[in-house]
Amino acid sequence: MAGEVAVVGFAQAPNVRRTHGTTNGVEMLVPVFAELLAATGLSKRDIGFWCSGSSDYLAGRAFSFIAAVDAIGAWPPIAESHVEMDAAWALYEAWVKIRTGEVDTALVYGFGKSSAGDLRRVLALQLDPYLVAPLWPDSVGVAGLQARLGLAAGLWTQRQMAEVAARGQRDVDELLARPYVADPLRAHDCAPITDGAAAVVLASAERAGELCARPAWITGIEHRVETPNLGARDLTTSPSTVAAAEAAGAEGIELAELHAPFSHQEILLRQALGLGERVRVNPSGGALAGNPMFAAGLARIGEAASRIHSGAAGRVLAHATSGPLLQQNLVCVMEGR
Amino acid sequence: MVTSISEPLSAPLDVGFDYTRSLGPVLGRFATELREHRVLGVRGSDGRVHVPPVEYDPVTAQPLTEFVQVGTEGTVTTWSWIPEPLAGQPLQRPFAWALIKLDGADTALLHAVDAGSPQAMAIGMRVRVRWTAEPVGGIRDIECFEPLDAPERAVAATPEPVTMITSPVHLRYLHSASPEESRYLRGLAEGRLLGQRCPACGKVYVPPRPACPTDGVPTEDEVELPDRGVVTTFCVVNVPFLGQRIKPPYVAAYVLLDGADIAFLHLVLGCAAEEVRMGMRVRAVWRPRESWGTTLENIDHFAPTGEPDAPYESFAQHL
Ligand SMILES: [Zn+2]
Repeated sequence: MAGEVAVVGFAQAPNVRRTHGTTNGVEMLVPVFAELLAATGLSKRDIGFWCSGSSDYLAGRAFSFIAAVDAIGAWPPIAESHVEMDAAWALYEAWVKIRTGEVDTALVYGFGKSSAGDLRRVLALQLDPYLVAPLWPDSVGVAGLQARLGLAAGLWTQRQMAEVAARGQRDVDELLARPYVADPLRAHDCAPITDGAAAVVLASAERAGELCARPAWITGIEHRVETPNLGARDLTTSPSTVAAAEAAGAEGIELAELHAPFSHQEILLRQALGLGERVRVNPSGGALAGNPMFAAGLARIGEAASRIHSGAAGRVLAHATSGPLLQQNLVCVMEGR
Repeated sequence: MVTSISEPLSAPLDVGFDYTRSLGPVLGRFATELREHRVLGVRGSDGRVHVPPVEYDPVTAQPLTEFVQVGTEGTVTTWSWIPEPLAGQPLQRPFAWALIKLDGADTALLHAVDAGSPQAMAIGMRVRVRWTAEPVGGIRDIECFEPLDAPERAVAATPEPVTMITSPVHLRYLHSASPEESRYLRGLAEGRLLGQRCPACGKVYVPPRPACPTDGVPTEDEVELPDRGVVTTFCVVNVPFLGQRIKPPYVAAYVLLDGADIAFLHLVLGCAAEEVRMGMRVRAVWRPRESWGTTLENIDHFAPTGEPDAPYESFAQHL
């Protein structure tokens, strides 16, 4: 067990369409940190390393992650780092930090107030800045290109996409009667615009047991990336997810939390990962139920880990994505003992 | 006094910048040829022709140098329909995004198709480039693609090498002040300076903050502060800059209001710049009441009160 790392706590802000808070996330993060520290019995001084994921493009201000540090109460000085991508990658950095033996606990957080700007346009700026972003391809329109490729190839149907969105709670025929937002995508196929935040506590093998009755041990965590050139990728599958899952030892999975901001991407990921009918996928509702940018991937890890904490599952997979059309993917495999 | 709940203040913020990007040999060549109505690809390590060209092979990472001219007609490999175009997109009427494999290319290019309606779109449909009337060198020299049965337009080309592109980026945000900042800004509109005290460490912040940066808890107790205080530190501005409102030399100073634990930046006028010193007592000089808004600009500047200087020890911990 020496050298191992476990997820020992998870908390998230309510996923809502709009908050009144500032774009630096402080108002969303303060209660999330309080909940997480109370649940693990830790104080902020006990945390060896803090790492966050967020984006200035979303916040509409420079160095927004610095302002977010106010939510921690960073005195005496803390060890802190940041990634300009989903906080699942901040978790990866924190996992490495614990593995080096430098610290034995880390608190990872992500936040985003998407409602402040126009998310479809903001996300155009993650595309190639020379030949693609100058056209302002919006995130929904670009996702429609991928959805249609799979529809044409017979990999999924619009009904199956609606079934993913409905999760047995809504009338699929009624959803299919609604108009397109960006043919072939309807509103239910697209993750809602969400303001939110999520946070996870990681601990070393030496500390995990005292912080959590049933830690979610990370047995593998890997990430892989594909070319930014959308027209050169096979968009009907996700080679980088497959490679990350293979490297992370994704076998014997009972439950998976997949970071799929579009309904067809949940089907695509399920197919790419070879998750059979017996694997429960996105019991949390996934990103289609709430998609706080730069926190939704971390929330997948937290949601999957919480199923181990509760004893509901023994071995789980969490997936996070970053970039357009599942360009970069992270797979985290966890188990309870 | 405990802060009451009221709607936080918010205001639109439009952020804009014209990014200029050097293109380098591969993309520069592509952009130059586009201006001459030719489309170039580059041959990858595996023999595939990449359009748009890539500088390095996406699999082997080898630098790629063999340019290949491809057609200006091609085939749609997938598409989506945009009924309500967004600002900056190639067409401001309903259009399709499409991946288009140009004749002779092995990868597809993302662009817009002006097809009129989604019924006119199909995977496998043939399209051709519609050149813009005023090419500048860059992907937008292709105005869009159009179905082959659309009438062709004649457009003249202008030959000159392209080495840079300019990409204007304009984003619109609605910025909210925190509830604490909103109380402070509304107080200013009434000529009051409202700070808040951290319940943990007792420090008084003005402007108040959503969370005490030392303790990470929201500041709660409202504290009304006087409009006088002390200069903790300052600098003499001698350098002119764009948008400057006052003729140099003048003094920008940190002013610590009496009873506050954090200083804020403001102007000290009303005396010669060289007379300003650490510990100098100052008071706010307010603008005429009829011009007040929810802003610290209601205070035009701070001016010396003439009182004896505050001893260094009284503000040393606020530097
Ligand atoms: Zn405090």
